[in-house]
Amino acid sequence: MNIHEYQAKELFAQYGIPVPKGVAVQSADKLEEALASMPQGVVVVKAQIHAGGRGKGTFTDGFQGGVKVCPGHAQALEVAAKMLGNTLVTKQTGPVGKRVGTVYFNEPVKIAKEYYLAVTLDRARGRPVVIASTEGGMDIEKVAAESPEKIVRINVDPDGGVQAYEKRVLAYALGFDGKELFKQFSPFIDALVKLYWEKDCSLVEVNPLIVSADGRLIALDAKIGFDDNAIYRHPEIEALRDLSEEDPKEIEAGKSGLSYIALDGNIACLVNGAGLAMATMDIIKHYGGRPANFLDVGGGASVEAVTNAFRIILSDPNVKGILVNIFGGIMSCKTIADGIIGAAHNVHITIPLVVRLEGNSVKEGKQALADTDITIISADGMADAAEKIVAAVAKAG
Amino acid sequence: MSILVNKDTRVVGQGITGKAGSKHALNNIAYGTNYVAAVTPGKGGTDFDGVSKKLPVFNTVRDAVVNEGANTSVIFVPPPFAADGILEAIEAGIRLIICITEGIPVRDMIRVKAALRDNPQARLVGPNCPGVMTPGQCNVGIMPGYIARPGKVGVVSRSGTLTYEAVYQLTQRGYGQSTCIGIGGDPVNGTSHLDVIRMFNEDPETEAMIMIGEIGGNAEELAAAYIKEHVKKPVAAFIAGVTAPPGRRMGHAGAIVSGGSGTASAKIAALKDAGISVADTPAQMAEALLKIYS
Repeated sequence: MNIHEYQAKELFAQYGIPVPKGVAVQSADKLEEALASMPQGVVVVKAQIHAGGRGKGTFTDGFQGGVKVCPGHAQALEVAAKMLGNTLVTKQTGPVGKRVGTVYFNEPVKIAKEYYLAVTLDRARGRPVVIASTEGGMDIEKVAAESPEKIVRINVDPDGGVQAYEKRVLAYALGFDGKELFKQFSPFIDALVKLYWEKDCSLVEVNPLIVSADGRLIALDAKIGFDDNAIYRHPEIEALRDLSEEDPKEIEAGKSGLSYIALDGNIACLVNGAGLAMATMDIIKHYGGRPANFLDVGGGASVEAVTNAFRIILSDPNVKGILVNIFGGIMSCKTIADGIIGAAHNVHITIPLVVRLEGNSVKEGKQALADTDITIISADGMADAAEKIVAAVAKAG
Repeated sequence: MSILVNKDTRVVGQGITGKAGSKHALNNIAYGTNYVAAVTPGKGGTDFDGVSKKLPVFNTVRDAVVNEGANTSVIFVPPPFAADGILEAIEAGIRLIICITEGIPVRDMIRVKAALRDNPQARLVGPNCPGVMTPGQCNVGIMPGYIARPGKVGVVSRSGTLTYEAVYQLTQRGYGQSTCIGIGGDPVNGTSHLDVIRMFNEDPETEAMIMIGEIGGNAEELAAAYIKEHVKKPVAAFIAGVTAPPGRRMGHAGAIVSGGSGTASAKIAALKDAGISVADTPAQMAEALLKIYS
């Protein structure tokens, strides 16, 4: 789960991490009141969406830039009004863009130098890692690819706290050798790691971290991602969820315990197991089709959840065919069959439906499907299933 | 022979008195797996009806080890308590811990990983995995037993259902398996592809291997480097996720491509470079192996 910059900065502030003074606004009639709480003079206006590249983005009405430095309150008000409710397209949003539901006013900060600092999981070691670089404000993946020597990584043990030497390694790498900067950096990194650990984050990223012209260490931007498996123990984080940022079909799927991700093809898939679901998408593509979604019904789905899965799949107008691919371990093929039958009774399925069942209760599942009058193209094996659905969709035109 | 589990394995089931756990434990027992005890805190002193035999239920894993000589644990405990169950098994001296539970918080697994570093005698398989099966001898977890048959091909995968797919393809072509292992799809897990490949390589009864990987991380690349250097046995592989869009988590928390690292194409290139026969589609996993092994 991701949150907005303003929410991340509020969390930073709770942990004592310095951020620029700011105020977030959700409705046009509150803009003036919010601006009044900001110091006179220059104001930075930032559109809040869950995507990067905002500064260089374009709104769908042609207005340029999701991050604007305005010389005074009057201009800030004008710019914020244009952003709020508008749709911003950046290199990360896709062509549809994202609707801006919140604008964030920030006090301007004079930057002396920019840095990169983040805490995330080191998968290979199964431990958190702090990543730091002097190349702030840049795409860190690009820095890693082009000049890896400019990135410093150090594994930390959050239970034991960040060791003094670990801080020195990071501080020297960033050039914070002066006593004054190190004095600020030490609690900064402590707080960042504490936040990562206590709130079950998957990523806490400060890009850029800056040293201001007057020598202060400040988080100019903030990005936090959370471990979905741990949200249950943080109702205060769950409350930050912005459902407008998520695909309604994905939200609906989540409620039924399904894992669904919309893609841009026309062949819907319903599969059990994440690996098999990915592989099913791959084999559809291999045979010349385009997958419309990733859908893992998981191991413990009920008939009702499977029926919901069909409803979600069919709500995508691009879908011209469905491939059901089940290899039951936990999942019973009979449950899937009953779900298909249930769905066919509730929602009329008029497009080609290819079903491949194998594993747990396969006989009962196949029998249940054979006993209904639903038109099903049955398949043996994944290749057969993929070929059949691609051909059926092509034939239907 | 085989790796990790065989007919002498003595299994204790943690959390098998629950609905899903009991169903799978009963399947395992019906397969012939030697379950010796169950552990559910608060239910100690009762019995678990395994149909063909009754298992004593203990409050702690240690009791199951002391009283019944359990050496392997299978965990079906719900996600908020599963890491605790793993830590308890490590402390009780269990050598092989197979954690089926899906959805354990990463922070909990970071603690488990630290405990595993401190207790190198213990091996964890999973979490979020289908388990381990040595066909004809022992099936611990949720794999459908009928798809496998005893033989000489080792199968390792992150994904449960892709493991079944590979195993079934082999069985249909008349090739049995030494041991089938699902290592799980989580970003922090106990046993890696490399660990399993190393064990298969050292197992005289395993003649060939199928390794199934997916996008994200670099575990497949590490295994490929080892295979290139040390493995003479034929190895086939498949990588899932060629069509997955970057930056999206595909069900498995581990399966995410970020910034060009962990892509399917980079992994496939590393595998091919190591002399591994890479299947173009998931339907051709057995076929890819049989090109280089018969």
